[in-house]
Amino acid sequence: MIPSELKIESAPDGALLLTMAGDWKLGNAIPSPEGIIAGGAGKMVRLAFETGKLQGWDSGLLIFLANLFATCRRDGIDVDQSGLPTGVRKLMALASPENQRSGVTHGGSRPPFLERVAEAAFDQIKGFKEMLSFVGEATLAFMKMLRGKADFRRLDLMITIQETGAQALPIVCLISLLVGMILAFVAAIQLKMFGAQIYVADVVGIGVVRVMGAIMTGIIMSGRTGAAFAAQIGTMQVNEEIDALETLGFSPVEFLVLPRMLALMMMMPLLCVFADLMGVLGGMIVGVGMLDLGIIEYVRESRHALSLTQFLIGLFHSFVFGILVAVSGCLRGIQCERSASAVGYAATSAVVTGIVSIVVATAIITLSCQVLGI
Amino acid sequence: MNGHAEEKSGKEAVIEVLGLEMSYGSFVLMRDLTFTIGRGDIFIIMGGSGCGKSTLLKHLVGLKRPAKGQIVYDGVSYWDAEPEEQERLKRRFGTLFQSGALWSSMTLAENVAMPLEQYTSLPPGQIRELVSYKLALVGLGGFEEFYPSEISGGMKKRAGLARAMALDPDLLFFDEPSAGLDPISARLLDDLIIELSESLGTTVVVVTHELASIFAIGTNSVFLDPDVKTMTANGDPKRLLKEAPNPKVVNFLTRGEGARQR
Repeated sequence: MIPSELKIESAPDGALLLTMAGDWKLGNAIPSPEGIIAGGAGKMVRLAFETGKLQGWDSGLLIFLANLFATCRRDGIDVDQSGLPTGVRKLMALASPENQRSGVTHGGSRPPFLERVAEAAFDQIKGFKEMLSFVGEATLAFMKMLRGKADFRRLDLMITIQETGAQALPIVCLISLLVGMILAFVAAIQLKMFGAQIYVADVVGIGVVRVMGAIMTGIIMSGRTGAAFAAQIGTMQVNEEIDALETLGFSPVEFLVLPRMLALMMMMPLLCVFADLMGVLGGMIVGVGMLDLGIIEYVRESRHALSLTQFLIGLFHSFVFGILVAVSGCLRGIQCERSASAVGYAATSAVVTGIVSIVVATAIITLSCQVLGI
Repeated sequence: MNGHAEEKSGKEAVIEVLGLEMSYGSFVLMRDLTFTIGRGDIFIIMGGSGCGKSTLLKHLVGLKRPAKGQIVYDGVSYWDAEPEEQERLKRRFGTLFQSGALWSSMTLAENVAMPLEQYTSLPPGQIRELVSYKLALVGLGGFEEFYPSEISGGMKKRAGLARAMALDPDLLFFDEPSAGLDPISARLLDDLIIELSESLGTTVVVVTHELASIFAIGTNSVFLDPDVKTMTANGDPKRLLKEAPNPKVVNFLTRGEGARQR
């Protein structure tokens, strides 16, 4: 590349002639417009160009000229473009301020601190209201379904049941088996000191069946299915599919949320049963393999420790978690904005909402059981 | 109103837009929109990119609530009506979205069949026949069992049209129907729109900036100008071309040649 050259000549009548030569391309040193204007002697009124020896140019020349013209406009200096190559003149005309839409502002300056706090607070309130109204709509849709009047495709329900039931079973089983083993390990270290290894069966049995099985299932389903719901519905939002449902008079809540909620309400307790079983099995593997307990002994101790009430409390947990995972997934999907990154955000926030609500619900249920004495 | 070329057609009004203001939050997109769409009209919403044409369409199909003003269908103000009345009105609408907006978990046939299954009590055999016929009408005969992800963008649009026409609506809304179609398909779509309007008396509202379409099909129109945030012309596009008082409208209708002529 030939280096760019610039010669500035000022005429006594206040005109400034810029003679350009060489390559005016990005990457070459290009002078600043202020320097040029300041370099002229006396008061300047006109700017002209001579580009006969200009070898090559690209956007580098164009941004130099754009800045120069802006400076001239500000200082009230006339610009005579006739010396510039035709292509440059045309491109400069296209990008000239007269060709842009007037009055475009994006947000403008940063609002004051208090205003931002208030805005954030109002956003939170709005989000909370949206959540409430969504829960309300979902409840109404559920009531409508109980009366047999809700519109949704039975096929959608079946597919969702398959996705959230049978297809989730392997991972739920694996995680529950491992959680059962971990619980047994941790309990064994403490209980061994008292020679009370047999009570590992009680700890694992009660822990898994009463709460841990349901919680682990809930968390797995929140990451696996809640995120999927949010992404599916969010993508439908992006593709205007939800608008299409609404214009045809279909309720998106009945059509999309109801089958997903129903499927999880039915499948979560079933998954929970498997999780309980696998958790106890995990405890037994550790008990038999490491603590020299007999299989019969372990099973008998487990049966002794467990009661039907505890099992039902576990199932109740998982039923509630099913609703929470489905509602948080669908809510974030429906709230999704229209861009690819919004879908990602919806999926992430569905998982966060799902897990937080699961933990909060567990706390409430545990406390209620304590108060009720069960 | 500021110098509109007002069209007084003798047709009975189907949709009346009265003092409509559209906004996103506190940002006002358009205000003081007042116009009438007559029965059997092919009504064009035109204006440059990003001026709010699609948003106006969303207001017309009841997806967005106006910030101010009313939208009246056959004397019934949509946002003042009871939910049941709104549902009843919606069933008269057929909408084609910009991207087609097909439900991606269903085949084309299921997409078109859904409104039929929902709102009619036709036997399944007849619904199948109807679906095949509607798909054939838009040149997609034989594509019944395809999923939206398996067909091209233009085909999705046509399938969307088949779904919009499923219930033989008396109000059809199109959001940029010919964008992304080849010239022949675009022309066929124009012919189809004219046919629907003439033979079934369907009122059609089209958002477009394809000049060829505007002049070929439009019988009435409104021009939105984002600089003054309102409409600056209303009437038959062919007549607006000759006598619109606003140079911007003429400029638009002549691809910028108008300014040079004037």
